[in-house]
Amino acid sequence: MYGLFTRRNLITMLMSVELILNSVNINFVVFNKYLYPDKLDGIFFTIFIITIAAAEAAIAIAIIINLYRSHKSIDVEDASEMKY
Amino acid sequence: MLNDFLILMKQELGVTLLIFILLFIKLAKKEWKNETVLGLVNILLFVNLAAGFFFIHKGTLFGDMFRTSELLSFEKNILNLGTLIISLQSYSWLKQHKHVPEFYMLMLSTLLGMFFMISSSNLLMFYLGLELSSIPLAAMANFDLDKKRSSEAAMKFIMSSAFSSGLLLFGISMLYGATGTLSFSEISWQLTTLSSLQVFAFILLIAGFGFKISAVPFHLWTADVYEGSPVAVTSYLSVISKGAILFVLVSVLYNVFQPLDSAWYKMLFLVSVLTMIIGNLFALRQQNMKRFLAFSSISQVGFILIGITGESIQGSASVIYFVMIYVFSNLAAFGVISLVSAATGRENVDDYKGFYKTNPVLSWALTIGLFSLAGIPPTAGFFGKFFLLLAGAGKGNYWLITIAALNMVVSLYYYLRIVKAIFMEANDTPIENVKISFAPKIAMLICVGGIIITGFASGAYKYIYSLF
Repeated sequence: MYGLFTRRNLITMLMSVELILNSVNINFVVFNKYLYPDKLDGIFFTIFIITIAAAEAAIAIAIIINLYRSHKSIDVEDASEMKY
Repeated sequence: MLNDFLILMKQELGVTLLIFILLFIKLAKKEWKNETVLGLVNILLFVNLAAGFFFIHKGTLFGDMFRTSELLSFEKNILNLGTLIISLQSYSWLKQHKHVPEFYMLMLSTLLGMFFMISSSNLLMFYLGLELSSIPLAAMANFDLDKKRSSEAAMKFIMSSAFSSGLLLFGISMLYGATGTLSFSEISWQLTTLSSLQVFAFILLIAGFGFKISAVPFHLWTADVYEGSPVAVTSYLSVISKGAILFVLVSVLYNVFQPLDSAWYKMLFLVSVLTMIIGNLFALRQQNMKRFLAFSSISQVGFILIGITGESIQGSASVIYFVMIYVFSNLAAFGVISLVSAATGRENVDDYKGFYKTNPVLSWALTIGLFSLAGIPPTAGFFGKFFLLLAGAGKGNYWLITIAALNMVVSLYYYLRIVKAIFMEANDTPIENVKISFAPKIAMLICVGGIIITGFASGAYKYIYSLF
């Protein structure tokens, strides 16, 4: 979360979002292993999160490439045409 | 077994079938003309909408992961109707666009995601539906490929939606840790004792929801995304996607988090006051019509949250009723803006000065839509807001109602500012007469007719109330 708020480069921001999702994955697996060892819900959820995170990253990178074509930069400060 | 499957999931299957038809049109060797594709899709969407009204059954599928009932089918019908109206309205914009089948594929996938989200009774299913309904939307926001603003809007949307679904997931994982299950009904049994872990999970979940419905501390992306995206996508975002998430929020709050209601009551109180006030104050100073409607839709969310703080059945019935009216009135306003922007590319409030002289029919449609959004009596918007406030007053928190009433006065001012610009002010270069083709004409008729008919006939609210 710290990374998302401090970084100004879109790719690094995307990486920070993936880190948040990974922390959720670890959370699920740990809860599943130590608190509810006879269930599998958490493990399944983790697999779905990994898949969806990949899809999300694909779309986000496509959008960033398109942004680069129009703005010639992937710094968020440059994409500030609309404010307030 | 197969029969059950076909009947209970028929609305989802209909949308899936449409997506496949579009895919085959896209893959076909012969290039289809845009007009043919648009005509075909609109007819199929209408058939899909009509089919939703028959063979409505109640039941669950896939080991209690998917449930449906009369109420849920009704909510899906509202969303179907809204999609049809938007598709008709964007006819003149899409006619000149190169990628029509792709646009509809993305739009229908988000619709499918919303259907699954509404029907979910398990957190896993809910999360999958939510992502299916938000990831293609980001691609849709980028649909004016060569415009700078469009790609900026898409970037802001994908970043904020990824972040918000991260928060939501963190909340879900905490909830799983606290209760050990993902199914809605079992969670609500487990939540009887209030522990701090559960409250923390709940706060994260509400933050995730708040991002999606753009309630105030989480609203910053809304205006930029609404302004930058194409008008069709903006209206889709502000009506259909927001409506679907509100439906889910209501049912999750009342069914799953009922044991925590003292906690979420205070939270919603605060959020709704902030949302109304900040949405209204920012709407006062906007010059771009789309941005103006973005802030007005933020303040409408504040009113909806008042309805949610009320008693369970009354609250949810009033929210669903309001969303139905909101579909008609917001789409009436967006329809006019979409036509004008497709014909002339002008979107500022100043451009609308003297609009009545050149386009009397469109000005009346826009005015009726704005009156309904402001909540002026003979239009349906009045009754929508009336039932929301009535549900909120059911618990006796009259402070909230007073603040809401004051906010309605403020909102009346800025809606009437637009009406004044249309009818009274002179302009040297007014928008020239916009030709309305057949499809948008039907859409405008449905919207205006919907506003007026639901304003005069009171049956709709009673019908929704009886479905619980």
